[in-house]
Amino acid sequence: MSSTSPTHHTSTIGAIGAPSRRNTELALLVFAVVIPVFAYANVGLAINDSVPPGLLSYGLGLGLIAGVGHLVVRKFAPYADPLMLPLATLLNGIGLVVIWRLDQSKRLQASRLFVEAAPRQLMYSALGVALFVAVLIFLKDHRVLQRYTYISMAGALVLLILPLVPGLGQNVFGARIWIKIPGLGTIQPGEFAKIVLAVFFAGYLMVKRDALALASRRFMGLYLPRGRDLGPILVVWVMSILILVFETDLGTSLLFFGMFVIMLYVATERTSWIVFGLLMSAAGAVGVASFETHVQQRVQAWLDPANEFKLSRQGVVGHTEQSMQALWAFGSGGTLGTGLGQGNSDLIGFAANSDFILATFGEELGLAGVMAILLLYALIVERGVRTALAARDPFGKLLAIGLSGAFALQVFVVAGGVMGLIPLTGMTMPFLAYGGSSVIANWALIGILLRISDTARRPAPAPAANPDAEMTQVVRP
Amino acid sequence: MNKPLRRIAIFCGLLVLTLLIRDNWLQYVKADSLKDDENNRRVAIERYATPRGDIIVDGKAITGHATTDGDFKYKRTYKDGPMWAPVTGYVSQAYGATQLEAIDDGILTGNDDRLFFRNTLDMITGKKKEGGNVVTTLNAAAQKAAYDGLKAQGGKGAVAAIEPSTGKILALASFPSYDPSSIAGSGDSDAKAWKGLLKENNKNDPTLNRALREVYPPGSTFKVLTAAAALENGLYDSADEKTDSPLPWTMPETSTVLKNEGDLPCKNATLREALRVSCNTVFGKIGADLGNDKMLDMAKKFGFTEEQFVPVRSAASVFSDDMEPSQVALSSIGQFNTAATPLQMAMVTSAIANNGTLMKPYMVDELQAPNLDTIEKTDPEEMSKPLSADNAQILQSMMETVVKEGTGTRAQINGVTVGGKTGTAQHGVDNSENPYAWFISYAKQSDGSSPVAVAVVIEDENANRGDISGGGLAAPIAKNVMQAVLDSKK
Repeated sequence: MSSTSPTHHTSTIGAIGAPSRRNTELALLVFAVVIPVFAYANVGLAINDSVPPGLLSYGLGLGLIAGVGHLVVRKFAPYADPLMLPLATLLNGIGLVVIWRLDQSKRLQASRLFVEAAPRQLMYSALGVALFVAVLIFLKDHRVLQRYTYISMAGALVLLILPLVPGLGQNVFGARIWIKIPGLGTIQPGEFAKIVLAVFFAGYLMVKRDALALASRRFMGLYLPRGRDLGPILVVWVMSILILVFETDLGTSLLFFGMFVIMLYVATERTSWIVFGLLMSAAGAVGVASFETHVQQRVQAWLDPANEFKLSRQGVVGHTEQSMQALWAFGSGGTLGTGLGQGNSDLIGFAANSDFILATFGEELGLAGVMAILLLYALIVERGVRTALAARDPFGKLLAIGLSGAFALQVFVVAGGVMGLIPLTGMTMPFLAYGGSSVIANWALIGILLRISDTARRPAPAPAANPDAEMTQVVRP
Repeated sequence: MNKPLRRIAIFCGLLVLTLLIRDNWLQYVKADSLKDDENNRRVAIERYATPRGDIIVDGKAITGHATTDGDFKYKRTYKDGPMWAPVTGYVSQAYGATQLEAIDDGILTGNDDRLFFRNTLDMITGKKKEGGNVVTTLNAAAQKAAYDGLKAQGGKGAVAAIEPSTGKILALASFPSYDPSSIAGSGDSDAKAWKGLLKENNKNDPTLNRALREVYPPGSTFKVLTAAAALENGLYDSADEKTDSPLPWTMPETSTVLKNEGDLPCKNATLREALRVSCNTVFGKIGADLGNDKMLDMAKKFGFTEEQFVPVRSAASVFSDDMEPSQVALSSIGQFNTAATPLQMAMVTSAIANNGTLMKPYMVDELQAPNLDTIEKTDPEEMSKPLSADNAQILQSMMETVVKEGTGTRAQINGVTVGGKTGTAQHGVDNSENPYAWFISYAKQSDGSSPVAVAVVIEDENANRGDISGGGLAAPIAKNVMQAVLDSKK
């Protein structure tokens, strides 16, 4: 141990003990529960001029979810990152409030597709936290996942193919990304595939990274990989293109490909992989867009939402006014918003509480509210990246950055789509949006990240006494 | 592996930064243009979210509001809608707004810039936004007399009444009319009513504001303007001076003889006598003698050829500027191309009754804030001085003779001096269609001032042609309107 930089004093002075920060987490959780409860009261007062009767049970429910989460973390992952659980709880709670607010909308209630979403979402959230708890209890060490590298690959492929299986898959409004389980409802397997794929990539890249990084040819200033090492990236590329073609799911395709490029880059430290990845995704996207009318239409709607609105109003089949309605919702919110319960974002109609939920935040909480939400997401990603930096094993690093990167990409793709920055894709804002698969999968994701961060921050056990060695001298810089 | 991790961290940071910038672009830079986009339904929702301010006549609101289901909370209702429709216009959740409802929309909805400070205060104190009121100059009794008269008559027609000394519009009626309440909402019944009002579905064209927007040949009522031109141009100095008028009279540069309606004593008749029996020959010749320019000049001074804004726009009345002498002669007795709105003829009458001074007609007296503070007050404004006070009084005495012992006897009111002129305007190819019956008049109080000048026109396709004469059909309505104004002065 010649180095004395703080990041390397792993074995000798670890026993001093890093603070666990569990009390910080508890304090933050209080805020994460109280803020949504106030928001809930606010919506009730705005819409019905009375505090909603469910306020107490809602507050208790959210408090219970947070409390259980906290106690399990305290017991099974005491050194885990203190910010992620409160952030996820806050987003989940405030998402529930806005879903409930949209449940009160007379316009949406008039639709024959209307179902009361908030109670279901509360149940999904409870299931999500249950999965989160299960991850922390049963996954004692994330490195166990390494053993399931190839099983994960097979699992991910099965999950992705499921929606295409006749009789099981559901085509909802042009995207075939749901499967129907009789008696239980529909699931979006793509959300779970995201985590499983990250496990596969991390395991695979940990083994292959030296081969990928070192055996390359230099061409025009770029290090190009060898043909046989190109195999896996090609497989993933083809897979995401296939998703795009057969499930018409632009977002998921982009997400998987982006996640893979990020992990590949981190594993090999080769910039050429990024260039290569971007070129391939661009080529794939342009290629698919040239013959997929669904994708073309999304691009048209993105380029000229006003015209899309007009076409939709004229009753041209296949056009929707949602994009324009979302932009109006954002614009009408302005800097400070109309206040919860006082906007008209329900004009968006179908999917106002799922894919387009950010527009309701935009209208009712304004620029200030949306920026706050985006910063909450940014904080989750930042804690995830920090976990990756702190992790001591390459598998943990890769898994943590893969999951955080995918999370960041998902937020970008969904928020960017709703705000008209990029073409709209059918994905949900993690934690905020209505959708069981999404909220459950994302709680599991947070669970895995907490497990990695617990391992990373946990003081290493004191080394076995070595009678031959003298006590190492610690020289502080 | 930490170096690429840090780069990925920066990349994720950039993703979020891009979103933040985009959000600022949407919700700050583009916020107003998105918010006020005409297709953004929130614009309409907000417009109908609060009760609209009222339009007020004689201190009482002639409008109201009702709550509706759906996106729009309030809709407009009208009391005596068909009677007041030419004044109010309509405002509809589905079909927009017209006339006064459209012109003063900002005050009525509360969105006017002049209410901005109050609105901001209200926002801070948590008060709901309210609309202001539009106080009109109209006289409810006169309006009722006008509308009931037209309705009893049954044919199409219009009435305009003005207070000569100020230009305040006292009555503005049109028949057949429509109830703007029936199209104020956005439901199926409103759509059905709207369809029934469209011109292509309804030959009566009930939404046409005939008092302001329809021009009719004024016929013999135009002779008072010709008489004014004769006096002003010094052709004759008094009402009782013999005119140099042959009978029969052949129009200049033609071989056509201008006829009178019947065997009238028009040869070298005085102006008074010529107006009393309505000689075409005398006034036709005056017009031809004065020429196109002088006649046009006088007509313009009375407001012809220009749209009036009261503040609702009226159609421009017509007097041509490129006529042969014979055409000038016909125009001077209110035929050929000459056409006037009822408002225009009321203005002519009011200028004469106001001793030669034409006041700019207006119907909005005051705009009020929701708390009834005055935001804007309309002051009477002189529009022109078509004739001198002396000549105006000569003309008044002539018009009073018409009512006393001429064609307008049916407009007489006990104990009140009334001056007037009848008109029966022919129209259609070769005058084949039923003529329009006109009557213009004013009432005079004992101090010489006149509280009301009125113009009535009736187009009746069903009436027997012989029955139509201004004195028979239109004069009684004018009389009732004047009577109503006089009664409300007491």
